[in-house]
Amino acid sequence: MAGDSIGEREKALRFRDAALPYLDDVYTFARYLLRNDTDAEDATQECYLRALRHFDNYRGPAMKPWLLAILKNICHAEFARRSKAPVPAEQADNESPVDDVPMWQEPQPSPEAELLRQLDDATIRRLVAALPAAFREAIVLREISNLSYREIAEVAAVPVGTVMSRIARARSMLRAAWNTEEGSTS
Amino acid sequence: MNCAEANVLLHALIDNELDAGHAREVEAHVASCPDCAARLKEYRAMREAMVGARLTESAPASLRSRIELALPATVRATAASPSWRDWLHNSWRTFAGGFTAGTALAAAVAASLVIGIMHNDQDRLITNEVVSAHLRSLQPGHLTDVQTSDQHTVKPWFNGKLDVAPPVIDLTTQGFTLIGGRLDYVNREPVATIVYQRRKHVINLFVAERMGSAGRDVKNETVQGFNVRHWREEGLDLWAVSDVNADELDEFCRKFTAALRSPSGPS
Repeated sequence: MAGDSIGEREKALRFRDAALPYLDDVYTFARYLLRNDTDAEDATQECYLRALRHFDNYRGPAMKPWLLAILKNICHAEFARRSKAPVPAEQADNESPVDDVPMWQEPQPSPEAELLRQLDDATIRRLVAALPAAFREAIVLREISNLSYREIAEVAAVPVGTVMSRIARARSMLRAAWNTEEGSTS
Repeated sequence: MNCAEANVLLHALIDNELDAGHAREVEAHVASCPDCAARLKEYRAMREAMVGARLTESAPASLRSRIELALPATVRATAASPSWRDWLHNSWRTFAGGFTAGTALAAAVAASLVIGIMHNDQDRLITNEVVSAHLRSLQPGHLTDVQTSDQHTVKPWFNGKLDVAPPVIDLTTQGFTLIGGRLDYVNREPVATIVYQRRKHVINLFVAERMGSAGRDVKNETVQGFNVRHWREEGLDLWAVSDVNADELDEFCRKFTAALRSPSGPS
């Protein structure tokens, strides 16, 4: 009994040392996926509890993508649960899974686009948060969580090719929003 | 390569995700297509702006402690630790909620029982960590951070590294050679380690404040074949770990304690 509890505690300590350094990463991802502080906190906590439960079987990948994949599943389940209730159209739109990225028309670069408009951090965050779910997820994992395409593919549970096109599409949408953003000037 | 393909692949180029062959193809297309070249430049600028911006969120402290508390008993047993107080508070609420009015005494007894168990487990955990630290120190190059038999060199070395000024006592004339000092982490706290030698045997003396629950009586243990002594003196928690025989380690503890208590000893 006592031995078990020591074993449990040592496991918990190992887990804490391995996983807790990524708390900000997990919370950041949750915050961008759920766009709400309270939901992000709950999902992050659930993520750590679930990760601890599966820690015995954890053999890789790297800790960060592993945690983010768990978090993504939690958020996904949460959306599925909520979608049983009527949801606002804006949210419903974001929930629709985007497995195939349709071809899109790249806007022609404007002649004055030589200089990228300077935006403050809060504005950039807002633009990222406004992207549709699948693209937001891809670009956050790339630019903010700093994962490789292969790791993003694992987290998002899609092929690497899909990751590539989602990132391309996400940057295209972000750039369009970036260039039309008013308020901040270069 | 046409522009539609390049529009996807230039992002993989920016992200260094292309093999050399595809990278060359994209670069060749960009070199011959001013539109794609302009886009590449703009996307690169956008990526740099994002890398330079602070887009991460910091998890609230309350979330961090909620998660720490939800992990099985990783709270520290020190009364000063806020997470410990939170834990007490939470367990009190749990107990109080579980018992109807009038059984508050029972709840208090139950709570103190839990705390007693926590203390024991906490001690065992720390003992294991201290022995692990001892084992690590025996690896080549890990024994000392500051290597000297001069106590007046070892003691100042700890300045600024710890809240506590560890007593560094030279016991060379009494058969225990001071060979240096080291900083270790035990239970996620920095602790001072003073290293002694007895013939070919290393004795690590770990010094911390408010970490264990020992009294002035020395607690004897044997963990993984190492003798461990834990006691408290002058407000400090002390662990001595070594593979010297039990009698010699006891002798070391007695002599160290005596030197620590003596008025002429180091303050």
